[in-house]
Amino acid sequence: MTTQDTKIEKEAGDLSRRDFLGLLGKGAACAGALVSAGSALASAGGGAVNALGGVGPAYQQAPEQYAEAVKNPPKIPNYNWTQHKWAFGVDADLCIGCLRCVEACKMENSVQMDRNHTRTWVERYVYLEGEHHALVDSIHDIKNVVPGSKETRFKFDDRYKDGQFEGKKVEKAFFVAKLCNQCEKPSCVQVCPTGATYKSVDGPVLIDTKYCIGCQYCVQACPYGARSLNHERGTAEKCNWCYHRITKGLQPACVEVCPTGTRVFGDRMDPESPVSEFIRNNKVSVLQPAMGNYPNVFYKGIDKEVF
Amino acid sequence: MEKDVFYHVAPFSGFTFPNETEVPWSELIVIYPYITGLVAGAFVVSSLHHVFGMERFAPISKFALLTSLCFMFFAPTPLLFHLGQPTRALNAVLTPHWTSAMAAFGYVAGFYICLLLLETWFSFRADIVAMSKSRTGIMQKVYQALTLGSDDVSPRALHTDHTIARRLAMIGIPGACGLHGYVGFLFGSLKTREWWSSDLMPIIFLLSAVGSGVGLLIVIYVITSWWRKKPTDGGAMEGLLYVLWTGIVVVTVIEALEMVQMIYKAREGVEGVFALIQGPITNSMVIQWGGGLLALIITSIMMLYNTRGKKLVFWLFISGLLMMIGVLAMRWNVVIGGQELSKTMRGLMTFHPEAYGRESLITVSMLFTAPFVTLYLAQKLLPTVWESDEKEHEDKVFDIHKAI
Repeated sequence: MTTQDTKIEKEAGDLSRRDFLGLLGKGAACAGALVSAGSALASAGGGAVNALGGVGPAYQQAPEQYAEAVKNPPKIPNYNWTQHKWAFGVDADLCIGCLRCVEACKMENSVQMDRNHTRTWVERYVYLEGEHHALVDSIHDIKNVVPGSKETRFKFDDRYKDGQFEGKKVEKAFFVAKLCNQCEKPSCVQVCPTGATYKSVDGPVLIDTKYCIGCQYCVQACPYGARSLNHERGTAEKCNWCYHRITKGLQPACVEVCPTGTRVFGDRMDPESPVSEFIRNNKVSVLQPAMGNYPNVFYKGIDKEVF
Repeated sequence: MEKDVFYHVAPFSGFTFPNETEVPWSELIVIYPYITGLVAGAFVVSSLHHVFGMERFAPISKFALLTSLCFMFFAPTPLLFHLGQPTRALNAVLTPHWTSAMAAFGYVAGFYICLLLLETWFSFRADIVAMSKSRTGIMQKVYQALTLGSDDVSPRALHTDHTIARRLAMIGIPGACGLHGYVGFLFGSLKTREWWSSDLMPIIFLLSAVGSGVGLLIVIYVITSWWRKKPTDGGAMEGLLYVLWTGIVVVTVIEALEMVQMIYKAREGVEGVFALIQGPITNSMVIQWGGGLLALIITSIMMLYNTRGKKLVFWLFISGLLMMIGVLAMRWNVVIGGQELSKTMRGLMTFHPEAYGRESLITVSMLFTAPFVTLYLAQKLLPTVWESDEKEHEDKVFDIHKAI
């Protein structure tokens, strides 16, 4: 059991479940929409009828399951969102670009299984000899889709094999993981015309998928490209740091599967949490500070080219 | 279903974010500011007569008002077709989130439709009353219903109509400016896109709206006059020439200023802007600037040489059409162009519109044809739309009154 688990155990009883649901309101329903997707881990292939019994790409929650999850939100242990301030760290020096995080996220959160919709992704930066700008690619490059996987699995291709590319030597290369920054001043929340997307007290920006009208103004407003449209639901889609997991004391799926410890997650109110230590012990930066969004994902070891 | 997923996915080059490769706002969002622009432009022309008493616009002022109304009915429809959850559209009106510019849309559009309806009713009330007396059968019932029970056509009542219509038009001018300036704000207030994020955006949208609206009026006026086998009014055509010329001059200068500012400031990503202009939107930029400049040259020559008669009608028609096409291309460049330049400023997308489907060119053409059809039906319902001489008109009303 982690420190967080213990802490949340202690909190049990401070707040009844009903209070919690009342407090979270739409957020709980939103998290509920995601919960049954975990079982989708079992189904790996694409196809017309997926293992969930729904039509569409594998891992995508069937409409009936989505409706059920929205109707009957999951049982979540007592949790007080005023007692947490979640934050995320990315140590770019450790990332090996294995993309387990991307796949884990897609499975956990029933994200559309194509390369053009994602809640988290990894960018590969490569400087060739004598070049001043890096070549960048990510999972939306068709070459980084595992052949025959119907865009359900990703792997960075070996175009830089033997440290060469089009006759030029690779000088420097690194990976940077990206996800929603759960900004302190989120532009997406500012522009949402209905208030379907909102900033939770404990940090993550959530979406009420029952209230979203699918105008995509938030998609336009996000400086980090973290949002997309879920076509099957006709509503906006974004990373919420696996809110259904973190409120139970678990780690987000991407952090859970990261084999190198690139992704760090925790509670900033707890000085001993991994993310508090990460921020304390490293010189960290955030993406595009000039946007004035005050992101909550802190990076270590990123380059001037990272946008 | 799978096709839907890849619906608006655009091919990309350079470095873009994965989610960006799907273009969120399609051709429907191009047509939306275009239609509201036509509304604003047509309304301005009608107000030149109604508010400022410019008599040369009298023959077309009622028609301009009706055009404005018919287009306004369809201004919100592209948005409805675009929403992922159209049945929830009213959420934004019932529980508006006021920090969002978009939350005001329902109110702004609703207010403007009501205002136009009221002004149209007051402007046409005397005609409706006259027709409720002269027509028979079901149409009589229709006109009787349209009078809303107010069939007083005494000079005092007509004077009141006129006063109220004028006051409504006075409210309508800031309303039209607000409506369209607001559309510009929707785009200009987004800090994420260099191509949109300009303080001049509301002004550019507003001015080009006036230009395209006047262009539309010229085009419809010339075509309908030809159709009705009636000559166009020389004074009105001259007036339209002056308004169009002013519109084109101002909008060209402001747009050029915006481009120069963007390039001169040369903030991070200006190379991306160059690449965008030289890449995905080259053709539409040529149409926008070519159309605008050509219309400017033609109208300037006509102003210089005081062109009148058939030549004026023909070349003004061409200029109006060029302005309409130019502004449509401008809307494309803003809406689609802005999304084709990646938020990273180091990549480009190329958007290819779909021909068929919910968000497609066919939907766009249907939504853009609808106001014309409505306008045709509206002028069938209110045939006095072309009668400008109020005095003559009042006489006619009284004649009918006497007959009864």
